[in-house]
Amino acid sequence: MTESLMSPAAETAPDFSGLIARIRESVPAHCILTRMEDTRPYECDGLSLYRTLPPVVILPEDEAQVVAVLKACKAFNVPVVPRGAGTGLSGGAMPHAQGVVLGLSKLNRIHRIDPSTATAVVGPGVRNLAISEAAAPYGMYYAPDPSSQIACTIGGNIAENSGGVHCLKYGLTVHNVLRVRAVTIDGEIIELGSEAPDAPGLDLLAAFIGSEGMLGLVTEVVVKLIPKPACARVVMASFASVESAGHAVANIIAAGIIPAGLEMMDKRAVHMVEPFVNAGYDLQANALLLCESDGTEAEVEHEIARMEAVFRDAGATRLQVSSNEQERLAFWAGRKNAFPAAGRISPDYYCMDGTIPRRHLARVLNAIEEMEDEYGLRCANVFHAGDGNLHPLILFDSNQPTEVERAEKFGAAILELCVQVGGTITGEHGVGVEKIDQMCVQFAREELDFFCAFKRAFDPYNLLNPEKVVPTLARCAEYGKMHVHGGELRFPDLPRF
Amino acid sequence: MDFELSELCQQVMTARGAERPLYIRGGGTKMFYGEPGPAGIPGSAVLDMSAYRGIVNYQPSELVMTAKAGTRLDEIEAALDQAGQMLAFEPPRFGPDSTIGGVVASGLSGPRRMAAGSLRDFVLGARLLDASGNVLRFGGEVMKNVAGYDISRLLAGSLGVFGALIEVSLKVVPKPDMEATAVLEVSEPEALALFSTWRSLPLPITATCWCREDEGQGRLYVRLSGSPPAVQAGLSRTGGELVDSELAAQFWNSVRDQTHSFFQHRPLWRIAVPPQAAALDLGPTLIEWNGGLRWVAGPHAPDAQSGQELRDVVAGVGGHATLYRYDSRPSNIQVFHPLQPALLNINKRLKQELDPVGIFNPGRLFPGL
Repeated sequence: MTESLMSPAAETAPDFSGLIARIRESVPAHCILTRMEDTRPYECDGLSLYRTLPPVVILPEDEAQVVAVLKACKAFNVPVVPRGAGTGLSGGAMPHAQGVVLGLSKLNRIHRIDPSTATAVVGPGVRNLAISEAAAPYGMYYAPDPSSQIACTIGGNIAENSGGVHCLKYGLTVHNVLRVRAVTIDGEIIELGSEAPDAPGLDLLAAFIGSEGMLGLVTEVVVKLIPKPACARVVMASFASVESAGHAVANIIAAGIIPAGLEMMDKRAVHMVEPFVNAGYDLQANALLLCESDGTEAEVEHEIARMEAVFRDAGATRLQVSSNEQERLAFWAGRKNAFPAAGRISPDYYCMDGTIPRRHLARVLNAIEEMEDEYGLRCANVFHAGDGNLHPLILFDSNQPTEVERAEKFGAAILELCVQVGGTITGEHGVGVEKIDQMCVQFAREELDFFCAFKRAFDPYNLLNPEKVVPTLARCAEYGKMHVHGGELRFPDLPRF
Repeated sequence: MDFELSELCQQVMTARGAERPLYIRGGGTKMFYGEPGPAGIPGSAVLDMSAYRGIVNYQPSELVMTAKAGTRLDEIEAALDQAGQMLAFEPPRFGPDSTIGGVVASGLSGPRRMAAGSLRDFVLGARLLDASGNVLRFGGEVMKNVAGYDISRLLAGSLGVFGALIEVSLKVVPKPDMEATAVLEVSEPEALALFSTWRSLPLPITATCWCREDEGQGRLYVRLSGSPPAVQAGLSRTGGELVDSELAAQFWNSVRDQTHSFFQHRPLWRIAVPPQAAALDLGPTLIEWNGGLRWVAGPHAPDAQSGQELRDVVAGVGGHATLYRYDSRPSNIQVFHPLQPALLNINKRLKQELDPVGIFNPGRLFPGL
């Protein structure tokens, strides 16, 4: 079980002309892009640091074409990189130099919105927000709302198990998708999950969601819709320190409240976004919390009062409750625009995505502050405080010598800290190519072997999105050389190449 | 590594070396569930998890409970209760010996499932004793974690075919401020129609159960949970007669723990269907989960033909049927609904990759797997 995940296709140059001729038998010519000016837009996803020009991009228009492309790629032993809208932040859709990019953006039909079953049946290329817009006339919506929801597709959300600011109460993609129809590399169609509450056999749907396009290509999705709450209001609370804000978060949960959203920003993040959005944020605060309640009007009033009491007891220096929908959206605007605001004050920024047990929040934020000096770069922190998902934004300038390298090292150090305190290297952005080295920190060799074995059951040829997510042993050995913790090698028993 | 765990690892390595099956057992309260597996293989042994017990980490403000697999469910529920929290998926309690490892491995959820989510939705992490005798850790104690494949959720409901769960981390939730139960006198089609109406409204319904006891058209119990204003507003929408809170608690416990008289029927089919499916007319029925779960009492010992006919009806509406409890059954009828061939293939390849010698619970999930 110890062979590497290196794609066999990398060993010989693939026969692209033969492959394309085969695919043309089933896929119209306008869906096959091979000229550099056409394929250039596909060279990277939302993580533009990593780029590879794909030799071929195929944009099928229906499931039969997807099947034909996969069968052809298997026959010609050519790697396939699935792609949705290309908004991913970990390089999961970065092309393979000798592979095909298979984009599903044209499978973008909403087949059915059914309020009586509270479900929607959609193609993988349907945008996340488009589902909620289509369900809105029935007073319903699709709950997971990643910040890219205006552009990202449901197929991509399934690949990444996307979250959003409301997932503490409403769950991640895995909690909101009922059934997935997918095509395997063998060109076989499988149905995972069910509109019934469960399906027989192993729960492959749970494992498929978040598998970053390495097990199959999604061609149809059934999602759960939920009734839109009648009312939502948000409390904005200022704190004199991240410690006291962290305690306030713990106290909210301990009081038995599950807020619809619970977000934190540190002082630098507040100062970064306020001039950008004029949300009325407290510039004196060292930490700012946004805490949302939703439900019926009576319910919200009751819960908001409890939230305010908890924050007051935790030493909030300022409290403000949104009095209408416009104000609520204004409070959120700052948080939701943190990334563009970072782009405004810094030529480049690098967004990290670790998750930690909430109780270590202050310790981790203080450690990040110390790292700022060590790496000579600034960092602003926005944080899904309710579920412990941290998004440090490392600010840098790629035109300055060594800054890219320092930003990458700074990011890696943050992720390793997250693992050290019992967290994970990625909460919602995925591993992709970006965090593949840190996988060696989070997992032992036997666990990585288990992942490889799991993938082989779906894709024994290792053609679906190869060289992503699961690092090779050689790669871990190389990484281990650079990162020796306290004089101890993390993988002392690895053969060194 | 502590003594108990290294004992367990040794047992696995011995079984693997001898290529002999190992049947994983916690409290032994769910022996009835799943395929019995081939009997009489010489040298087969039981991997007894019940000594590997204890809560490892529980901090109420983190909403996470981590416990060793042999920890008894009642011990976990008592600890949660003290902090005003609970397991939202309300796993059935088949007896005092029921362990958390068995709860997760069987994947069964109770009345709150339709509102709160199923057991696997609350699995955050797991440690697995694999077929090589290694202890592997997947997921963790945090709510959001997308590093690598979500193996810990795959293990939920896997009936131990990939190895022994030795530790699990579960998301826990605060108990609701209040709960109230109302009962309505309605027929089966009327109950199904009410479920459809309620589904599209923001009502705090956390359990439903329709059943026809002796005479009458049937009774629909509906439980609402949440803040007092939400429950009051919900009750005015559902209507029905309010049930005394102690009687209501007893009733929901009897459904959750399957001690309600309906669950004494043999054979008892567990049928999961899209909740909107019309009445199935397969025999006496108890409906849970807003229509998504139908318990059906079979008229007599199932034979292969009547079992197949029942499964055809259920598959026709997009569901699946488990032969949940029975006194006897012919060998040519599977406990679990047969899988579509491409899926069965993947199930088999997974078993082949992850337990190549086939030592763990052979045949418990599907014959030959």
